[in-house]
Amino acid sequence: MTALPQPSLTTIVLPKWQGAVNRLRQERSGGSGKIFTLALVAVGVWGAIFGICFRVLRYIQSTTEVGVPLAAKFLSILLLSFVSLLLLSNLITALSSFFLAKDLDLLVSSPADWLRVYLTRLGETMLHSSWMVALMAVPIFTAYGMVFGGGALFPLVVTAALLPYFVLPCVVGTAITLILVNAFPARRTRDLLSLIAVGAFGGVVLMFRVMRPERLARPEGVRNLLDYLDALQTPTSPFLPSEWATTMIMNWLQRVADPLPVVLLWTTALAFIVLGAMLHARLYHAGYSKAQEGAERFVRGGGWARLLAPLLRRLPVARREFVLKDIRLFFRDTTQWSQLILLAVLLIVYVFNIKSLPLFSGEKVPVFLVSLVVFLNLGLAGFVLSAIAARFVFPAVSLEGKQMWLLRSSPLDLKALVWSKYWTGTIPLLLLAILITASTNLLLQAPPFMMAVSLVTMLLLTFAISALALGFGALYPRFDTENAAQIPTGFGGMIFMMSSVALLGLVLVLEAAPVMGYLRAQLMGRPTPIGPGMLASFAAVVAVCAAATVVPIRLGLRKIESMEF
Amino acid sequence: MIRLTDLTKRYGKFTAVDSINLEIRRGELFGFLGPNGAGKTTTMRMIAGILQPTSGRIEIAGDDMAREPVRAKSRLGFIPDRPYVYDKLTGAEFLRFVAALFGQEGAAVEHRMDELLDLFELSTWKDELVESYSHGMRQKLIISSALLHRPEVIVVDEPMVGLDPKGQKFLKELFRAFVERGGTVLMSTHTLDMVEEMCDRIGIINGGRILTAGTMAEVRAQTAHGDTGLEDLFLKLTGGITDREMDEILK
Repeated sequence: MTALPQPSLTTIVLPKWQGAVNRLRQERSGGSGKIFTLALVAVGVWGAIFGICFRVLRYIQSTTEVGVPLAAKFLSILLLSFVSLLLLSNLITALSSFFLAKDLDLLVSSPADWLRVYLTRLGETMLHSSWMVALMAVPIFTAYGMVFGGGALFPLVVTAALLPYFVLPCVVGTAITLILVNAFPARRTRDLLSLIAVGAFGGVVLMFRVMRPERLARPEGVRNLLDYLDALQTPTSPFLPSEWATTMIMNWLQRVADPLPVVLLWTTALAFIVLGAMLHARLYHAGYSKAQEGAERFVRGGGWARLLAPLLRRLPVARREFVLKDIRLFFRDTTQWSQLILLAVLLIVYVFNIKSLPLFSGEKVPVFLVSLVVFLNLGLAGFVLSAIAARFVFPAVSLEGKQMWLLRSSPLDLKALVWSKYWTGTIPLLLLAILITASTNLLLQAPPFMMAVSLVTMLLLTFAISALALGFGALYPRFDTENAAQIPTGFGGMIFMMSSVALLGLVLVLEAAPVMGYLRAQLMGRPTPIGPGMLASFAAVVAVCAAATVVPIRLGLRKIESMEF
Repeated sequence: MIRLTDLTKRYGKFTAVDSINLEIRRGELFGFLGPNGAGKTTTMRMIAGILQPTSGRIEIAGDDMAREPVRAKSRLGFIPDRPYVYDKLTGAEFLRFVAALFGQEGAAVEHRMDELLDLFELSTWKDELVESYSHGMRQKLIISSALLHRPEVIVVDEPMVGLDPKGQKFLKELFRAFVERGGTVLMSTHTLDMVEEMCDRIGIINGGRILTAGTMAEVRAQTAHGDTGLEDLFLKLTGGITDREMDEILK
């Protein structure tokens, strides 16, 4: 029998490409407003990253002795952080693209050879896990190129450095996943990986923050200049691809002709692809077969439900079971509860930042300044809460997705469904909000008036932010994804965050006048002026938060009622 | 028991269900037939209260689905064609949850649940997560959940998909026993032998319209097809492949 002609790599990739194009067409037909908003946000984010990088690099460049090594050190730290994120992201993406994707049965049962399957899936894994880092890199490297005179060819040099830099963690991540899947069932591996990835990501963020990189820009804290210069010029590790990429880029910016980093990057990347392919040839078939087995059978997460059951006893049976069901599902889905680790890291970093404020450098700080920080802290705490609501409350409706047939065909009142979801998300959020606000206010030694204002405002904001998250989650549901963490990353999640920030801004503006009145009185040593102006401002805040609570929930409910499944 | 009056469903310019009028009586097993995309599933999902009709009326034992959805739905048990259930719940937790949706709890539910799980041979899987169930087991779990609250009407879309022969036989007997006790079943299926064997009346739908409805004898009479089998009748009404076309494909 003659050998079958093999499909080209393009043929294998084509369905994914066509699917993406069709999705884009669908999005476009949904109206230009969405694309415009996305473009606006993208330009805004890019502009902000570029602006910060440009200013920092300009400032660094002006310090002539250490300018270039300092810029190189920052780039090295940045690329090292990115490489750890890329490795984690590739580990998880490879699991899906090589073992769990729905189209794999078709591909694996086709006569396409293993090398084609490996190369196309490797490319797909790299694309899915590296696009965000690649997008982030654009404004950063634009700033480097502009400040250090990279010239017209600089984008090509950066691309030549980043391509193998992206390939290496992708091959390594894919290989680790391949070995893990052969050792454990794929679904258990997914759980394990989500846990490791989230924990490691949290660790990286925490380490980065506790290292306080801002101190590098303030050399007065270091014992002497020689130590400082030595620290700047020592590579993080000469064996890391991030270091080779940094050297390659900085060599170009300093007009140094040294082919070694280029050769190291490209030969290592190509050698790794060959080694990865050999490993794939040996282990993939057995791993793929194993990935089809072994769904989880053991049960966990019942403890929480049992603990909360007595508290919910007064609720009608349908609502009670609905809440308990949500709690069980949350604690049994590793991709859901593992995010709590990130949440803890976020909170530690937040409290750490408050503690690192120069307010606590030993001198006596005026009440005015403390009160101002407490007031502005409201906005920051509100933003942290919005991010948490985006992750945990926003996906609530989308997660019902394919099971909605059951809820819609049962006599359960949809209003009860929405309110159950609202309170299940709001109560933990509320406890967290009070904890964050009270602890940071205590750290800041806030006066009683500011403590009361911030606690009550945070309470109202939590009700509103949770409602906004649930409402926008219902207005922009994503029933196509099983991973809860992906749900808020779409257009709806972005619109929710924008609305939430707008609400925070409005509340701060409304409260600014009475808070300023209080601060003025404090400065002049007069009693707090509780008058009609102050009461009207606070009443307006209550009204705005009440509207931001009721309106999104109503809109969300109306949307759920009109949904077609 | 189920009455559809001028029931219509449009998606933009496309009419999926076009002014259907149909009445299914108490104690009747009604077979709903039609080619893929004919409008069967859309009709059944409207009856179950999942989809909203563009126009027309649905009544379940006299309760209007639009005006009295809670009362109408509490009489219904719906079994969809694709068994999507919460993967991270155990079989028992899922059934308890469904019972709660219908306002039921306590010892009676536990007893009924054990009875149904026993009947569908799922007792040993009761405390396992649904994600470890096979397609057929999920289907059995959904059928159990639809029977849990003792419905008066069962609306079932392609019930035999994924079931083993034993399960299929059992389900046929179950539906027959259910209608003999005064229940009503509306069943869509592509298994024509089963329809001929089980159903009291049938309706054939194509292009969103009911082409014919009645007992087998009435349908034969309406379409002037004498003593032909249901398969021939179905193909004649909905259009089938000719021998010449078949030869072309297999050439």
